[in-house]
Amino acid sequence: MLRLLSLIPTLPLAGFLVLALFGGRFSRRQIAWVGCGSIGTAALITALVGADFLRVFPDRTSYHQTLWTWIDTSGMTVGVSWYLDALSLLMVAVVTGIGFLIHLYSVEYMSGDDGYARFFAYMNLFVTAMLTLVLADNLLLLYLGWEGVGLCSYLLIGFWYREPEYGAAAQKAFIVTRIGDTAFAVGLFILFTQLKSLSIQQVQTLAADAWPVGSNVAVIVAVLLLAGAVGKSAQLPLQVWLPDAMAGPTPVSALIHAATMVTAGVYLIARMHQLFALAPTVLEAVAVIGLLTLLLAACSALVQRDIKRVLAYSTMSQIGYMFLALGVGAWSAALFHFLTHSCFKALLFLAAGSVIHSLGHEQDIFRMGGLRRQLPLTFWTFLIGAAAMSGVPFITSGFYSKDWILWSAWSSPLSHRWIWFGALLGTLLTGLYSFRLIFRVFFGEVRTSPNGTPGVAMLVPLVVLAFFAVTVGFLELPRTLGDLSLFSQYLSHVLPPIETIPGMDESVEALVQIAVTCSALLGMGLAAVLFLPRASVADRLAGTSLGRTLAAFWQGGWGFDRMYDGVLVRPWLHLTRESGELLDRGYESLGVAAESFHVWLSRTQTGHVRWYAATVAVGALVLLGLFAM
Amino acid sequence: MLTTHALVLAIMLFCLGLVGLLSRRNILYMLLSLEIMLNAASLAFIAGGSRWGQADGEIMFLFILTLAAAEVSVALGIVLQLSYRFQTLDADAFNEMKG
Repeated sequence: MLRLLSLIPTLPLAGFLVLALFGGRFSRRQIAWVGCGSIGTAALITALVGADFLRVFPDRTSYHQTLWTWIDTSGMTVGVSWYLDALSLLMVAVVTGIGFLIHLYSVEYMSGDDGYARFFAYMNLFVTAMLTLVLADNLLLLYLGWEGVGLCSYLLIGFWYREPEYGAAAQKAFIVTRIGDTAFAVGLFILFTQLKSLSIQQVQTLAADAWPVGSNVAVIVAVLLLAGAVGKSAQLPLQVWLPDAMAGPTPVSALIHAATMVTAGVYLIARMHQLFALAPTVLEAVAVIGLLTLLLAACSALVQRDIKRVLAYSTMSQIGYMFLALGVGAWSAALFHFLTHSCFKALLFLAAGSVIHSLGHEQDIFRMGGLRRQLPLTFWTFLIGAAAMSGVPFITSGFYSKDWILWSAWSSPLSHRWIWFGALLGTLLTGLYSFRLIFRVFFGEVRTSPNGTPGVAMLVPLVVLAFFAVTVGFLELPRTLGDLSLFSQYLSHVLPPIETIPGMDESVEALVQIAVTCSALLGMGLAAVLFLPRASVADRLAGTSLGRTLAAFWQGGWGFDRMYDGVLVRPWLHLTRESGELLDRGYESLGVAAESFHVWLSRTQTGHVRWYAATVAVGALVLLGLFAM
Repeated sequence: MLTTHALVLAIMLFCLGLVGLLSRRNILYMLLSLEIMLNAASLAFIAGGSRWGQADGEIMFLFILTLAAAEVSVALGIVLQLSYRFQTLDADAFNEMKG
């Protein structure tokens, strides 16, 4: 069964090729079958492969499959080969499973769109690239997938290419992530020149042997890889592209900009954890970046008007939690939050999409309200998603994953107290902005009436994801509540265990849990006080002059866009305009020189055959003379 | 000894041909000079072949002979066309293709 592994990325690729070549001739029904079927079959095969893998799991922890040799030059052999272990199986399961649900949802969501075949072709290509990324055995193949998902992200953000601003958003996403990707590539070059290998497993053992902890090379490589991860996962300071990326269709936001692609950075750091362990300072930077991003993004999410932008900022914030967990050495906690987050965030995006779809492409939450009665199923699933995101205790998955991260931030020797307090403030803000959405969209008076309710193809993924958003948390229960460690045992063969300072027993853990729970509940309660009453307190707060400035500042994402525009874009444009004249003159003189040389040479072309014969003779003499010397 | 003489003769023939090619204006005489130069080269090959006892020199001579025959057949055709068009055989008169 494991041999079927190569089919998992191949099927979406076949789907892409079929749709790209013949999509124009297919009916909508056929397109939906091909686009959805390829991912669905891939998900089924993943289930088979996963079952086979788990059957003999603790005895054999990885499976290696080489398809062919991609590059074979002196000193460098790169194969197209897959590497399946607990970590990549987790990623593959999420990509194909959630990917299939989102494809199913798109069948109905995109049904009125002209680019139906194009949409599914891009989506299938995305899944192929993402699977290449997570299954790659060597860093070059991983980089191929890394660039592939970037390309698909660009294509799908700019899917409605007739709107110039959507195209601009696509370019912004492409260029900003490209900054990180370039750093990543430089990191790979250094790794290869230093260690003569690109295999992920080999390179890390070699690095651990060759470089002492904290050595300069290790730090430089780790920083460069971190830059790549930061760009892809929309963390500070390369986070500016994600809110604008919401220009794409909602299923795209759910699949690429919430569940899978933006977590590639988390995967990269977890995959290269042995290398990052050699650079403790960089690991600390990971935690700080995560903490800053989660707080900044949470504040921005509080004041957005566009429902999808709220979710985009919340995605940044939640990935901030994952980075924080990676930074404090809580590897499996980060991956657990990845798993729960991809369930509840995909759910939130799809539910938001169902609201947007029913209201005829209305995205402003101030024009929504009272949808609780009109769209009951969407309301309940959105509520489950928001509850999971804010970590409603005991019953939602988000509670268990976030609690694990917070507990690690408290008990890990790599962490600091202030990191924990920052993360605690984050849980309060998460509850606040999640339930602000709920109260704005589903409660209060009706402002826009929906014209129709979503159909079965949209509701089934919502219900399934809502189910997972609740239950997936029970894979790992803390010591104080049931003490179940299925998830960490599963990952223990890939990722090192989470260290704790001695003296951290159950009573401390219980106290930390109570703090987290109170903080999250306080956030939700605050949201109810602020946003639920008819003449809401929040409106009055936003009316004050301080409130207005703060809201405008946060709404613009802490002025990062304006800063980059002022510091980088404008000076660069200015420079190109000023120095353009000078450079042009240089190139013009090159042209003038060529022209005069041509005039001079063409004078030798007399048309006299005897003159030619003479030049040939002289030339031969000169050459003979040169050889004689 | 014989080789040296033959090579000196070849050089003399070659220079003669070259001077003829450069100084003559009648295109037929230019072709004649060209033939002399080709024969000078063939003579050098023959001399080399006999000096080292190798057949390569003779083989090259046969090649040059073939080449000369082909060249003459093409060149005479061109000369015919030129004399038909320009009503002269003066090579300097055919200078219309200049840069």
